[in-house]
Amino acid sequence: MAKTHVTMKVNGAEVEGLVEPRTLLVHFIRENLQMTGTHIGCDTTHCGACTVDLNGMSVKSCTMFAVQAAGADITTIEGMANPDGTLSALQEGFRMMHGLQCGFCTPGMILRAHRLLKENANPTEEEIRFGIAGNLCRCTGYQNIVKAIQYAAAKINGVEFQEAAE
Amino acid sequence: MIPGQFSYHRPASLAEAVNLLATLEDARPLAGGHSLIPMMKLRLATPENLIDLHGIDALKGVRRDGGNIIIGAMTTQHELLASDIIATALPVLQETSLVIADPQVRYMGTVGGNVANGDPGNDMPALMMTLGAIYNVEGKGGARSIAATDFYQGAYFTALEPGEILTSISIAAPPAGHGYAYEKLKRKIGDYATAAAAVVLTMSGGKVATCRIGLTNLSETALLAVAAAQAVIGTSLDDAALKAAAAAAEAIMSPAGDGRGPPEYRRYVGGVMVTRALQRAAQRAK
Repeated sequence: MAKTHVTMKVNGAEVEGLVEPRTLLVHFIRENLQMTGTHIGCDTTHCGACTVDLNGMSVKSCTMFAVQAAGADITTIEGMANPDGTLSALQEGFRMMHGLQCGFCTPGMILRAHRLLKENANPTEEEIRFGIAGNLCRCTGYQNIVKAIQYAAAKINGVEFQEAAE
Repeated sequence: MIPGQFSYHRPASLAEAVNLLATLEDARPLAGGHSLIPMMKLRLATPENLIDLHGIDALKGVRRDGGNIIIGAMTTQHELLASDIIATALPVLQETSLVIADPQVRYMGTVGGNVANGDPGNDMPALMMTLGAIYNVEGKGGARSIAATDFYQGAYFTALEPGEILTSISIAAPPAGHGYAYEKLKRKIGDYATAAAAVVLTMSGGKVATCRIGLTNLSETALLAVAAAQAVIGTSLDDAALKAAAAAAEAIMSPAGDGRGPPEYRRYVGGVMVTRALQRAAQRAK
């Protein structure tokens, strides 16, 4: 099958590659670009581990072909740190609030939370839980992930994070 | 899981897309892809040619045309949720969109793909039947319109002819003050309905003036529950009317037994969904 030349922007850098039409975006990111932070969990559109930000949308990159992303502007976990290399508010939140245990779901969680906070800078706990409903975590029970996102929202909004009493 | 090989086409116009579908061997249109791509990964679908509709601007967006709301087939669930026109005229579409899959899928999943795929588990077909929607399709032979109530012939079998593309959906805006509800029972976020019911009604003097009821995933296709709706028209939705409506709806259900439960259970909760949707719609009606 003839390969197609694609270009796209990933984490601010123009990238290119030759792909078969059937190459999934997540395989292009992991294998052609060698960015293995984007994980493949279920490979069936359920778990959200492969979530990337694409043209302002949270997308499961296992359910899109790389040719469809030609010309797109994509952010992966490798692009989530601050420009000076320090942790972004979300990354810091996951670290401070123990928002991960095994860490497998974390790249997808952070990318999904990134778009959630862009669309809703001050979400309620319910809105956070509904907003990350497409991302599965088998370790944390979600409690600390919700806290991590609340921590990040507070930091981005410049207010002090207050942990809810349990 | 890697799909079989295919050739990828991204036409920039509807005419080009229709022509490609008509001339290429074993060609399928690709909308949001969140039903088709998983099927291709499982090799349950192996099209030789994929016609990606994302490059066709004419298939996108929501607009008013007199008393009708026109929704482009490639409008995503996420875009429906963000649309002021939908929020004002057809809030039941937003209530339904919110219970479809998960946020990531709603960014990609299109209303056209949801209704045209013919999957009895999809939520929009029953709602479109309830709203009396008209599907506008286009093929090599020209354009035609099909009522949603005439569209579904069996699981994954629809009135869409080979080579035809669904281009838009026309819905006559329900009257101001109408009541609506979409009640969906599901095991978890992202699951298809164990049972779901759509209701759109109007009330007058405390009694139901008009009513339509649709059912999701309770038969080979979405169903319009005509007798159930008849059973509540003219009533104040008292217990007897609600019981009669649930019984009439249950009478036309033929759910399969699957991981969501045996047929008896799914039929029973189907009646519960009808009851709840009627009650909630009536509360909202003005």
